Amino acid sequence: MAHAHASSHSVKRYTGIMDWLTTVDHKKIGILYLIAGGFFFGIGGIEAILIRLQLIKPMNDLVSAQVFNELITMHGTTMIFLGVMPVIFALMNAVIPLQIGARDVAFPFLNSLGFWTFLFGGLLLNLSWIMGGAPDAGWTSYTPLSTNDYSSTHGVDFYTIGLQIAGLGTLIGGINFLATIITMRAPGMSFMRMPMFTWTAFITSAMILFAFPAITVGLVLLSFDRLLGANFFDVAAGGSPVLWQHIFWIFGHPEVYILILPAFGIISEVIPTFSRKRLFGYSSMVFATILIAFLGFMVWAHHMFTTGLGPVANALFSIATMLIAVPTGIKIFNWLFTMWGGQIRFTSANLFAIGFVPTFVMGGVTGVMLASAPADFQFHDTYFVVAHFHYVIVGGLVFGLFAGLHYWWPKMFGRMLNETLGKWTFWLFAIGFHMTFFVQHFLGLLGMQRRIVSYLPNQNFDELNFISTIGAILMGIGVLLFLANIVVTTRKPVGVAADPWEDGRTLEWSIPSPPPEYNFKQIPLVRGIDAFWKEKMAGNKEMTPSEPVGPIHMPSPSILPFVMSLGLFIAGLGFMFSTEDFSNSFMSLIFNKYIVLIVGLLITFAAMIARSLYDDHGYHIEVEELEGEGKA
Amino acid sequence: MIVVMVVVFGIAAYVLVKFRRKKGQDEIPEQVEGNHKLEIIWTAIPLLLVLVLAVPTIQKVFAYGENDWNNPDAVKVEVTSHQFWWEFNYPDYGVRTAQELVVPVGKKIAFQLKTNDVLHSFWVPSLGGKMDTNTEGSVNYMTLVADKADTYIGKCAELCGPSHGFMEFRVKAVDDAAFDKWVAAFKEPAVLPADAALAEKFKTNCLSCHAVGDQGGAMGPNLTGIGSRETIASILLNDISGKPGTKPTKDNLVEWLMEPQAVKPGNTMPNPKDLGFSDEEIEQIADYLANYKLDY
Repeated sequence: MAHAHASSHSVKRYTGIMDWLTTVDHKKIGILYLIAGGFFFGIGGIEAILIRLQLIKPMNDLVSAQVFNELITMHGTTMIFLGVMPVIFALMNAVIPLQIGARDVAFPFLNSLGFWTFLFGGLLLNLSWIMGGAPDAGWTSYTPLSTNDYSSTHGVDFYTIGLQIAGLGTLIGGINFLATIITMRAPGMSFMRMPMFTWTAFITSAMILFAFPAITVGLVLLSFDRLLGANFFDVAAGGSPVLWQHIFWIFGHPEVYILILPAFGIISEVIPTFSRKRLFGYSSMVFATILIAFLGFMVWAHHMFTTGLGPVANALFSIATMLIAVPTGIKIFNWLFTMWGGQIRFTSANLFAIGFVPTFVMGGVTGVMLASAPADFQFHDTYFVVAHFHYVIVGGLVFGLFAGLHYWWPKMFGRMLNETLGKWTFWLFAIGFHMTFFVQHFLGLLGMQRRIVSYLPNQNFDELNFISTIGAILMGIGVLLFLANIVVTTRKPVGVAADPWEDGRTLEWSIPSPPPEYNFKQIPLVRGIDAFWKEKMAGNKEMTPSEPVGPIHMPSPSILPFVMSLGLFIAGLGFMFSTEDFSNSFMSLIFNKYIVLIVGLLITFAAMIARSLYDDHGYHIEVEELEGEGKA
Repeated sequence: MIVVMVVVFGIAAYVLVKFRRKKGQDEIPEQVEGNHKLEIIWTAIPLLLVLVLAVPTIQKVFAYGENDWNNPDAVKVEVTSHQFWWEFNYPDYGVRTAQELVVPVGKKIAFQLKTNDVLHSFWVPSLGGKMDTNTEGSVNYMTLVADKADTYIGKCAELCGPSHGFMEFRVKAVDDAAFDKWVAAFKEPAVLPADAALAEKFKTNCLSCHAVGDQGGAMGPNLTGIGSRETIASILLNDISGKPGTKPTKDNLVEWLMEPQAVKPGNTMPNPKDLGFSDEEIEQIADYLANYKLDY
């Protein structure tokens, strides 16, 4: 094999904190995503608990009305953009290259850049709590409430700028996974042999590619309105608040499917493994996934039935929305029939996966009810909707993420999570979840609107709200148990088998746990769907390699993604405060004259130029080293 | 819907009980690829269900889409939402009131909905669905009918600021005779505080935004007959309704006037104390307003 020996091994391998700041290894980036996503998930969870404590009794005054609006806004925004999305990316990073038999993602440098822009965007958004007030116009930030006239703090600026920076990371990640899955599959892995999680990650990435530009445009327009005095949403100057709603939901509805499809994928991996059966109706699953993604772009206006779009639009969007029930139903039945005739093991991962199925069915049923525009006139913006989307996002996606984390934890970290604690986590979280959200359906039907800081007594709201708050605390304890489980597990030595569940079906279970930095010493040859299971059934212990052992080309670590994102973070802060009146003349000089903004952008551009001018070909891991590690 | 859930949960329960892995069960289960017949069934049945649901949905969508604004039999009401109160204007009757909508029983009430500031959503849960109050250019219309003489709670259903949860209103459905009597009573000349000095102070301060009878401005809620209303500031409940959790109207007015921001954070009413009202004068104004009733 011809390659440049000259530069090999001259590349620095960092250790300690520098290793994490510079890594371009998808497995480490996955862990970074998990830590950062978990951190923001915790913040969003604390916000949720505060919201529930405020609503535990009528006319409570635990938090002020202003703080309550900040809490609901940040809970929604944090959970969606900074909590669950990064954990999805964590699992995609940790698993996808392994599942398709690749040594890394297509663009390792971009992968790192995506993570750091997400992290700095998220940090910027959360800084609002200590820098003059968090955004308070709801995670949907409807105008005119989110314009300067009605939201005078910098809260909404943190929202627009923070989400633009974080959204950049998501978009980069999506493009990277598209390229990875299209170009880096192992020999023999045709599209219709890809594991289901890879399929859903693929479709989700495609949806990100089309949906995130919409929100980016919306956020740019809104920040121009707020910071540069533009008039996109100002009625007096010819703008339209309804325009914002369209832009937001053209992104916002596909976003729901961006979130849930990977969960479908996880469930489609966990259930077959623990039923010891192949996925029932694989091709219809693939078809259903694509159909859901397609329809997901056609239904945004069902969030706007009460905006007054007229009966024709309402009728069309009602029917389009109801149609989504069909491919979703296909998936539910396929999972049930995967278990049919199998040998089901009730591990923690599988408990979450099985718990997902009925919970998601309930979310789907209320979804069809909401899809009917005339009925939605009653349900819209009440706790019925709150119950519905938490059934889908928590009961669906978060159950799926817990299933995935318990399932792939040994592969990511080389240690098994404690099963007893895992089962306690499941039961506390699941019971708490249903206590919290099941009663909220009835609160909505009784007439309790969402996003209200408090409610008058004697409306039959009191008991149901009390039950809901207790449930939320149970969920909180469940999450704490999961954290305890991580701590306990991390103290144990590394060393689980390559295939710790014994019935692993896909390629990631054919390599050590955790995998070496190059993943596959030899890229495997894929001979069918569930490639590793097929080899095992044929009596083989390992995959058949598709290449001889040779030097492995690796990308160099780089600090540049971190620097680029830091520059954007500084520029964002500078832009946001460019309209502020400072009492301090130095502050007003550097902010009002755009100096901070320019410095931030210069840092980013300098890092980009450095990246462009300096050719780094990476390095090679030589055969001797590979063989040595193999023996050790 | 329930049937769908029963079927799915039934299959799930059966599978989970029947196909648990038993001790010593080591043989590999049959690897089933799929089953075309089953898959077609569970695609076709939901598709049929969607079609069944679609027909009434479309019928209702178009039924609710009817606009009665030009229907001569309907009572027209222009609703204008404000942070955080509701203005009701009856163009055919020359009445502009606030917070309490009085309507005749059994008649179509045609609403025109718009906002003065941010988006709100007009909702009377017991009478029908909600509709957003948008800015100029996308004004909405809807029709409601109250079949029973009663008082209904109305709410704002779109996040509109800190006091979004406190932006309620009341709908009083009364018989035709009472409605006509109410309109007549509403149009009688304003009643001002008996004390001349207080009346003057009330006129120069309060009536620059509020109105009573034929006097005053339209920036704040109209106060004509406020003593007959069931709430003060829409969340302090008056004992006039006889419902649990209520207080005398005057006490509620005093609570409101002493500290408007404490009752309804973010509202735009200036604190009467900042306008130079003493505690005693606030007490007197409250007394005057609590006794300003309309007979209908």
